[in-house]
Amino acid sequence: MKRILVVGGGTGGTIVANVLARKLSRKEAEIIVVNDSSKHIYQPAFIYTALGYNLKERDIAREEKELLNKNVKLIIDNAVGIDVENRYVALERTGKLDYDYLVIATGSRIVPEEVPGYQIAYHFYSLEEARRLSKVLEEFTGGVIAVGIGGIPYKCPPAPAEFCCLLDYYFTRKKMRDKVEIHYLSPLPRTFPHEAVAEAITEMMEKKNIYWHPMFNIESVDPEKKIVYSLEGESLKFDLLVMVPPHRGAKVVEESGLGVDSGWIPVDKHTLQYKEYSEVYVIGDATNLPVSKSGAAAHFEAKVVGKRIYADITGQKSKLVYDGRVVCFCDAGFRKAIYMDFNYENPPKKPRFSYLWYLGKKMVNKLYWSLILGGTI
Amino acid sequence: MSEIKVDRVVDARGSHCPGPLMELIKTIRNAKIGEVIAVYSTDSGSKTDIPRWVEKAGHQLIGVYEREGYTEFIVKKVK
Ligand SMILES: Cc1cc2nc3c(=O)[nH]c(=O)nc-3n(C[C@H](O)[C@H](O)[C@H](O)COP(=O)(O)OP(=O)(O)OC[C@H]3O[C@@H](n4cnc5c(N)ncnc54)[C@H](O)[C@@H]3O)c2cc1C
Repeated sequence: MKRILVVGGGTGGTIVANVLARKLSRKEAEIIVVNDSSKHIYQPAFIYTALGYNLKERDIAREEKELLNKNVKLIIDNAVGIDVENRYVALERTGKLDYDYLVIATGSRIVPEEVPGYQIAYHFYSLEEARRLSKVLEEFTGGVIAVGIGGIPYKCPPAPAEFCCLLDYYFTRKKMRDKVEIHYLSPLPRTFPHEAVAEAITEMMEKKNIYWHPMFNIESVDPEKKIVYSLEGESLKFDLLVMVPPHRGAKVVEESGLGVDSGWIPVDKHTLQYKEYSEVYVIGDATNLPVSKSGAAAHFEAKVVGKRIYADITGQKSKLVYDGRVVCFCDAGFRKAIYMDFNYENPPKKPRFSYLWYLGKKMVNKLYWSLILGGTI
Repeated sequence: MSEIKVDRVVDARGSHCPGPLMELIKTIRNAKIGEVIAVYSTDSGSKTDIPRWVEKAGHQLIGVYEREGYTEFIVKKVK
């Protein structure tokens, strides 16, 4: 019997475990997921939390146990070491666990403290901070809101632009849009990485009177003067700063020496295998791949890895590879959204804002808990 | 160009989001002053994007080379 060890029970880890558990019997494999918390959190809900939407607790977080196939064993513990040479993972309380196949799905962590002056900024990259931001927005009486990025890469590249559009919607509904200036500090010369998509987003921002500043990568903040400075030498005075915090790979990845730069694990962009260790796969935000750190990428990667491991265990040679696919919805408020679907070979096309995609996004929020995490779609 | 010593290679071929420029910014933030970075891109926007950002951020664009099916940008971190 083979042991498949999945470290990290977020989007990618849960899907890969469920895909494998549906295909393999208990006799063929023991599937273990290690997660440092008993709760599974749906991170896209943070944006809506920050904007004061009344979400049900179950739309934000559920017990990981109820999301996993009954053939998967869940261990709530903190992985403190990954030794690919000797094929084991050290857990804080449980001790060492060896494996035949390892899937690293430890995601990313945020490190706002890496930006000098970060204390004055708000963000929506954790549930607590999203709640704090929702209070400050509720009490905001007017002025300049700057939305910028404190480090690259960060989860869900369209999120800050989307947040600007939703701020416009938020203050319009509060009938105080004329009192608020919204500034988007784009790290790029455009509003979005891809030209065709940027065109659509820029048009939308201009229509909504959202000011956008090209090539403004936040370097530091002066909390007293309330000025944000860019790496490129510019500055902006604000009343409220919303800053996407810098991200790093998981601590265990950095401490085990698996990551490069800020702890991102280099993997083969197609097979998702780690270096010459063909039994070690890495998926989701933990990788150093040039694809967006998104649940969508984690989802497609998890399905590929699940099928590859299954094929290997059952003596077939899988040729299935990850094609770089990402899909993405971006909510512009007023019940309009865009949808993008692209991969390594095919760039996204210029999207159209429509009610249909708004419904699509709402549907994904619902399907996440069942069909997506279950590995069915 | 073979005499230029490249310290880091950023293979962003096929990246549409976050895209080659974001990959470069990420790498430059982690690099030491003086390091030379090569970026491979298949994204048509990179030809205007990368030189514009490199100039604005005060780094040095050493060269742009057309390769088979992609473009290579060589950038030096100078500050
Ligand atoms: C505000 C916001 C909006 C977003 N919107 C979208 C969106 O619209 N669409 C989209 O596709 N994506 C979106 N994302 C991104 C998406 O949530 C992530 O990219 C996705 O969750 C990544 O999946 P993952 O499995 O790699 O990591 P995660 O889902 O983050 O899971 C990692 C897991 O590993 C665990 N872990 C870490 N270290 C250890 C350890 N040492 N021991 C044990 N367990 C450990 C963590 O607790 C966590 O459960 C958004 C993110 C945010 C913050």
